[in-house]
Amino acid sequence: MVSSSRLELTAEPKIAMQNFGDSLFKYLTTFFAALVLLLIGVMAYEMYATSSLSIEKFGWSFLTSSEWDPVMEQYGALPFIYGTLVSSLLALILALPVGVGIAVFLTELAPPWLERPFSFIVELLAGIPSIVYGLWGFFVMVPWIRSSVEPFLSENFGFIPLFEGAPYGVGMLAAGVILSIMVLPIIASISRDVLNAVPVSQKEAALALGSTRWEATRIAISYSRSGILGATILGLGRALGETMAVTMVIGNRPEIKLSLFEPGYTMASVLANEFTEATSEMYISALIEIALVLFIVAILVNAIARLLVWSFTRTSNVGGRL
Amino acid sequence: MKKILSFILFVALTNIAAAQLQLNGAGATFPYVIYSKWFDEYQKKTGVQFNYQSIGSGGGIKQVIEGTVDFGATDGPMTDTQLAEAKTKQGTDVLHIPTVMGAVVATYNVPGIGADLKLTPDALAEIFLGKITKWNDAKIADANKGKNLPDKSIVVVHRSDGSGTTYIFVDYLSKVSAEWQSKVGVGTSVKWPVGLGGKGNEGVAGQVKQIEGSIGYVELAYAVKNNLSYASIRNKAGNFIAPSLESVTAAAMNEADKMPEDLRVSITDAAGKNSYPIGGFTWLLIYKDQKNEEKAKALVNFLKWAFKEGEAFAPSLYYAPLPKEVIKLNEKKIASMRYNGKPIQ
Repeated sequence: MVSSSRLELTAEPKIAMQNFGDSLFKYLTTFFAALVLLLIGVMAYEMYATSSLSIEKFGWSFLTSSEWDPVMEQYGALPFIYGTLVSSLLALILALPVGVGIAVFLTELAPPWLERPFSFIVELLAGIPSIVYGLWGFFVMVPWIRSSVEPFLSENFGFIPLFEGAPYGVGMLAAGVILSIMVLPIIASISRDVLNAVPVSQKEAALALGSTRWEATRIAISYSRSGILGATILGLGRALGETMAVTMVIGNRPEIKLSLFEPGYTMASVLANEFTEATSEMYISALIEIALVLFIVAILVNAIARLLVWSFTRTSNVGGRL
Repeated sequence: MKKILSFILFVALTNIAAAQLQLNGAGATFPYVIYSKWFDEYQKKTGVQFNYQSIGSGGGIKQVIEGTVDFGATDGPMTDTQLAEAKTKQGTDVLHIPTVMGAVVATYNVPGIGADLKLTPDALAEIFLGKITKWNDAKIADANKGKNLPDKSIVVVHRSDGSGTTYIFVDYLSKVSAEWQSKVGVGTSVKWPVGLGGKGNEGVAGQVKQIEGSIGYVELAYAVKNNLSYASIRNKAGNFIAPSLESVTAAAMNEADKMPEDLRVSITDAAGKNSYPIGGFTWLLIYKDQKNEEKAKALVNFLKWAFKEGEAFAPSLYYAPLPKEVIKLNEKKIASMRYNGKPIQ
């Protein structure tokens, strides 16, 4: 502060000019950043306002009721919230170990001539449109799940309630698997970047102290824990909002069933399915309230995940110092 | 540089000047193929351009109420409330003009029973209510003497997206089953008692093809083009009728004399010996009192052309054409359109 006021005194006109540019730049970028907030605010308000009819009529029971009946105009979003959370969670459980495994292979083990083309292929997966995943899922993956995966699971693990029931192919399991394939490239490529950013000296130090390759890798992974979690959050964002691919394989039945073989439904899918033909005010209002709930769930899940990252990095820093 | 710019400006301006009359419409996806054909042929003939967005019947009705289009299109008629709302907002009645018909067929995948499964209305309703769960149930077997129906579970597949196809199908089930009417009701999306949801005709057909023992419903046109096997349904007169363009037109013909004044009518469960019972109209939604003389004239001429010549394109595109009786009713409706209180010539 002191030095800058001194400068202003000595070279006033030129600095003033610069200051104008600086402050213009500052306000302009602040304005751009504020636009994002404004956009979110306007979206949230608009959704809240247009769903007021259903909010007034159903209140909190909208979140706890499982009844979704457009004919009787009874709307409850619980099965959709459940389906969105479970399918996304399933996707992360399946994709996280594989994604981190790919990243570790690429950064620690793969020979350089293999790393480049391999990374490229992984990133290519992220660019495939979701409708393509959906069609592939519907015509290739679902029949395979019905004829091989589900019979295998129910034969060997049928005592677990998760794997009960008739093998339809479509259902929560199929949705989780297709989502895991879709979030895999996000988790793998970001984790790879994060692992690449681990200082070589860290690994060398570990190896020099007599660590095995596995132990050195573990140190690298724990060093980049927060980054990997960040990658998972990005993947989760995609999984929560995914529409087309999920709609094609989840079976679209608004019911809460423990078994992963049973059909389910997600918030994004019901919007995609029913919005175009919704005619009555209450129906549209209820669908928009679903969008609002999805918006809030996405924010909440992200916030919880950020909190997780924050608490992890804090403890890992302490551990590092010890 | 300047030359290029002025050239661009010149092209842009002349294009605006040459722009022809354009009518904007929005609505149902089901009749999109034949409407595109009509608009294309009519533009070749007269130069009048049409811009039709197939955003779904619900969207079409909404835009008609808001007055953002010159005409709308829907597979399910507007409700009285919606008509009243349109009247308050646009200051005019909205006419329903039926254009072509479609049918919904029950497609199934049961190995070894061949193509001509027969279903009674009762059996169909109870399958979709989840009360008949096996293919060898007596209610199915009675109508299919000589067929070896397997002891296999029935898997019901329905549309997951809101759709006019669903509307026609559940409208039929409501008419033939009191239980369906009270438990489920009629709409473009309903609360299905059982079954898996597939997106679009292709989603339903795909699941039926994949899952042995399944039954679903799709548009007739889709089933014919994709060689699906579909059931004959027993109609009101007691005959098992296979779905076809002719049997759908027959249903409309038999209902024409009972058509209400505003032409908002369901022809499911139609009377008549040869009527296929699960069919329906798709409508254009037209403002009775037009606001723009030029557009009004173009619209009236187009409608007259559509029912004189356009209907001939229907069968080749797998739509059932209107019977003469209904076209006559349409012509009366078109004649009732007004601009400034005067008939449109």
